[in-house]
Order: sequence, then C-alpha cells, then structure tokens
Amino acid sequence: MTVMLAGAASSPWSWNLIDDVRDMWSYPFMVNAFRAGSIVAVVAGVVGWFMVLRKQTFAGHTLAISAFPGAAAATLLGVSATAGYFAFAVAAAIVVSVAARPGTRFSEESAVIGTVQAFALACGYLFVSLYKGFLNSVTAPLFGSSFAITNDQVVTLGLVAVATFAVLAVIGRPLFFASVDSDVAAARGVQVRLHNAVFLVVLGAAAAEASQIAGALLVFSLLVMPAATAQLVSAKPAVSLGLTVVLALLVTWAGLVLAYYALYPLGFCISSFAFGLYLLARAGRRVA
Amino acid sequence: MSNQRPAAAADSTTALRMRGAAVEVGGEVLWRDVDLSVEAGQFVAILGANGAGKSTLVKAVLGLVQLASGEVEVLGSPAGQANRDIGYLPQRRTFDSSVRVRGVDVVRLGLDGDRWGFTLPWGKNAKRAREIVRQVIDVVGASSYAQRPIGQISGGEQQRLLIAQALVRKPKMLILDEPLDSLDLPNQSAIAALIKRVCQEQGVTVLMVAHDVNPILPYLDQVVYLAGGAVMCGTPAEVITSEKLTTLYKSPVEVLRASDGRLVVVGEPEAPAHHGDRHAHVHGSHA
Ligand SMILES: Nc1ncnc2c1ncn2[C@@H]1O[C@H](COP(=O)(O)OP(=O)(O)OP(=O)(O)O)[C@@H](O)[C@H]1O
Ligand SMILES: [Mg+2]
Repeated sequence: MTVMLAGAASSPWSWNLIDDVRDMWSYPFMVNAFRAGSIVAVVAGVVGWFMVLRKQTFAGHTLAISAFPGAAAATLLGVSATAGYFAFAVAAAIVVSVAARPGTRFSEESAVIGTVQAFALACGYLFVSLYKGFLNSVTAPLFGSSFAITNDQVVTLGLVAVATFAVLAVIGRPLFFASVDSDVAAARGVQVRLHNAVFLVVLGAAAAEASQIAGALLVFSLLVMPAATAQLVSAKPAVSLGLTVVLALLVTWAGLVLAYYALYPLGFCISSFAFGLYLLARAGRRVA
Repeated sequence: MSNQRPAAAADSTTALRMRGAAVEVGGEVLWRDVDLSVEAGQFVAILGANGAGKSTLVKAVLGLVQLASGEVEVLGSPAGQANRDIGYLPQRRTFDSSVRVRGVDVVRLGLDGDRWGFTLPWGKNAKRAREIVRQVIDVVGASSYAQRPIGQISGGEQQRLLIAQALVRKPKMLILDEPLDSLDLPNQSAIAALIKRVCQEQGVTVLMVAHDVNPILPYLDQVVYLAGGAVMCGTPAEVITSEKLTTLYKSPVEVLRASDGRLVVVGEPEAPAHHGDRHAHVHGSHA
C-alpha cells in the first residue's frame, strides 16, 4: 500500500546534494525505493534497448498492462502482488509469442497483441470489482507505488534482474542478429522464432519489474524512452546500450528525488524526465 | 540419402546437386523434376519470370523450404546443414530509416552473429573482427558510408554492404537473390565483376538469381531457367535460345542477340521482354 508522503521530507530541498541524499536515505522506504528503482532502471534499459530495436513497443506495452490484472488477481487471492505481476506478464508473453508469430503481417500481429491487451485490462477490472477494494488498489498497479517497496520485493527484483541478464548474456548476439536481419539470421541457423519467444518472456519480466516502480501505464518511461533517446544519439550498439542504462538510472533517480520533495506521483516524475530527455535528443539531432 | 558413395571423388568437387527435386507452395507444385549439378567454383545464374519460383529454389538449397520430393545436397551434406559455409543475400532487403545500426555492425553480424553469447566492443577478438570487417567493406568499395546508420544510406549502398556481409566469412558458396536489383548500370557491372573475381580467386561457387542476365552473361558457366513448373539447365548458349525457351514456356519465345552480345528475350509470358530492354545503350560487346 502506498505510504503517504505528505510531510515526509524532514528538511526541504537544499541544493546540497549530499545533505539531500542523507536526508532521503534516513528513511528505510526511500533506501528501498532507490535500490528497487536502480535495479529496475538497469533491467528496463537493457531489455528496452532490444525492444526498441525490434520495434516491439506495442508488445511491451501490452505485457506491462498485464501486470495490472496480475496485481489485482494477487490481491484477490491474498498472495504477493509481485508474484501476480510476474505470473501475468510472463503468461501474456507466451500468449503473444505463440499467437503472433514474427513474419506474419504486421497488422495481424498487432491485432493479436491488441486483443491480449484489451482482455488483460478487462480481467484487471473484473478482479478489482470482485475485490471491492480501495481505489488505491487500482491506482497503485496502474501508476506505480514504489515508496511501498519491501526488502523482500527488492530481493525478488534483484533475482529477476540476474535471471534476465543471464538469459541475455547467452542469447544477446543471435538475438541482435535476428532483430536486425532475421532472414539472414534464419539462414545461418539462428532459431528466430525461439529467440522471439524467449525475448518476449524476458520483456514480460522486465515490464513487470518496471510496472512496480513506474506503474503499468507509465512503464514506457523506463522501457522505451531511455532506449529511444540513446539510439537517436548514437548508432554504435555498445554506446547506445550503455547510454540507455545511464539515462534510465538518471531519470529514475531524478524522478525519485522530485517525487520525494515535490510530492508528485513517482510515475509522473520519471516519465517527465524521460520525455524531456527524449525531446532534447530529437532537438539536438535536428540542430546537428 | 547417404547411398551415393561410389562417386566419392567426384562428390568433393560437386558443390550442389539436386535430384528429382520438387517444391509445393500452398498445395500446388511450383516446380518439379529439377536435376541440377553445380561444380565447385562455378558461376550459375537462376533465371525466370516473376513468380517462377527462383527465390523458392534458393531457399530450398538453404534448407529454408522443404522439398515435396527429391533431394538436395549442398557442399556434401543435406540442405541446411552446411549453411555456415554459405553467404546468403535475400531478395529486396532494405532497412528503413528508423534502423539505428551502422553498416559495419550489419556486416559484422555476418561474421559471428549466429554465435551464442554477446559481443564485447574491446579486446583482441574485437580488434581482429574489426579488421576482417574493414577489409571486406574495402573489397566491395563501401568504406565511405559503412559507419553511417544503415537505414540512412541509399538502397544501392545498402546492397553493397549486404554483399560484404555475405562475403565476410569467406564462404564456399554465395547465394545471391537479385543482388543487382537496386543498382544503377555502372554499379551493376562493377558488382557483377566483383562477384566474378571472388568466384575465381577464392574458388567460391556462386548461385545468382537475376532478372536481367546481361550484366553477368560473360561470366556464367551455367544457367538454370525456370518456367511453367519446369526447369532447364545448361550453358547460356545452350539454354537461352529461341527453341529451348519456346519448349520451356510452351509458347513462342524469341531470343535476339544484339550486335554487342546482349540477349533480348521477346514474348516471354508474364514478364514481357525484360532481359536487357531496360538498358538499351550499355556495355561493350560481351560474347
Ligand atoms: N510462403 C508462401 N506461401 C504461399 N505462396 C508462396 C510463398 N512463398 C512463395 N509463394 C509463391 O510461390 C511462387 C514463387 O515465388 P518466388 O518468390 O519463388 O518467385 P520468384 O521467381 O523469386 O519471383 P520474383 O522474380 O518476383 O522474385 C509465387 O507464386 C508465390 O506467390
Ligand atoms: Mg524472387
């Protein structure tokens, strides 16, 4: 449940960053928020970089949306919301990868994905109305609630992050090949469909992670915008991937600070910083 | 499949052999009874009208399309098992401007993109790979734009980089599906000559799907002509004649030889008089 932040800051923003950080980190919930936010930023950055390259942002959005019925179902069943997030996002990833094969026409693929998304939202609404719970139980999964992250959740996020990186470390290069040039990759023996399915599951996990910080509706701020910005800045894969992670961390930290001091919702803060950076990168390219 | 040992010595120089091969798409036979034998180091053109099944033929060679009957043996193994040694350029592949990956990265994928793991941008291996990639880009003459995002260079420039990608692993066989497609005439001749040079110097077998045979005509050892579900193979002089094409198409087709050696096929059903007529004023005499 969301911790009310009103009056949480013991002292106002001071421009002395060290003091500010010391102040924020005197609260365990803020320490956890920074820990969770950093883990999520790195995972969402790396996975989002592949997602943007593969033009699968619509699929990513749908998987993030599936976290909402996941959280609602978990609340209804009385199990941990985190488990609900991951179970539903990964299940949606499997449905999308089976139903929308790569190579089918784009319109067909997006129709399948759109159907999954609508169904996920409908299920979420059903679960919430069955629960007859607070409004809060709807807004938290949709818009994020990272100030209520427990130690256990941080550990879960960390474990999922490790698993995600382990998978990407194994399939990274052939996945990149299949993403950029699937025909030739297939001729070279890369299992393009299998890579797509595995990547969607990884994307589902990353979307579920990011949902917990930014919320299912605003997950794009961490999955898409840092990667899109970095790919605008550089066409060198190593540079743009590194830059994606740096940008994701920066917008998350800046968002946490703003949310803490200004008491705006965290999802809004992160999204605004990410959007601002993206606009800057576009403007910069126009000028250059 | 493995019962053709008697001719083992001959096998070692046969790069591609098809016996009684047939392919079906959507339940209908596209072509059948294809018997084809290509020696290592030969330059072979695959010709035919749109929809004749040329691309499907090369996909069958790569094992990407299953045969309905017959068999294909490529570089001594069944189709699909020797693809590590084949450089492949699919038909009409362009990258749109949103692809923010450099030309060198795409070429590099041809070198080791299929290997598990991930690519580190530093270290001894990275340096060696960069050098190999730089050399092959030099060979195709694409150095001046290889560092730019591939979506932002012209179709012809992309095509040169993709040829570099097909060449980068020093393949034993090159399969090129309409590689001259988006090139202007000087570039068509230049790329055709380059491919011939690679074929000759490195003993690479080349299968090239072509719409216009003229830019490659002087280099060809064999042509494979697809029409109406049937196939005809032989030297260009044997196959591209009025009688042979009339038999193949089952309707009157006339092959004219211009004074400079170019061939013009007249009356070809479905793809009307394509060969050569687009470029009436080019190249000196070939034959
Ligand atoms: N996946 C597929 N499903 C159904 N039909 C197909 C498929 N692929 C190819 N075909 C059909 O097979 C036929 C041959 O296609 P192919 O691409 O091999 O022709 P092509 O000779 O390469 O033509 P072009 O000169 O236009 O490239 C066409 O009629 C096409 O419609
Ligand atoms: Mg074709």
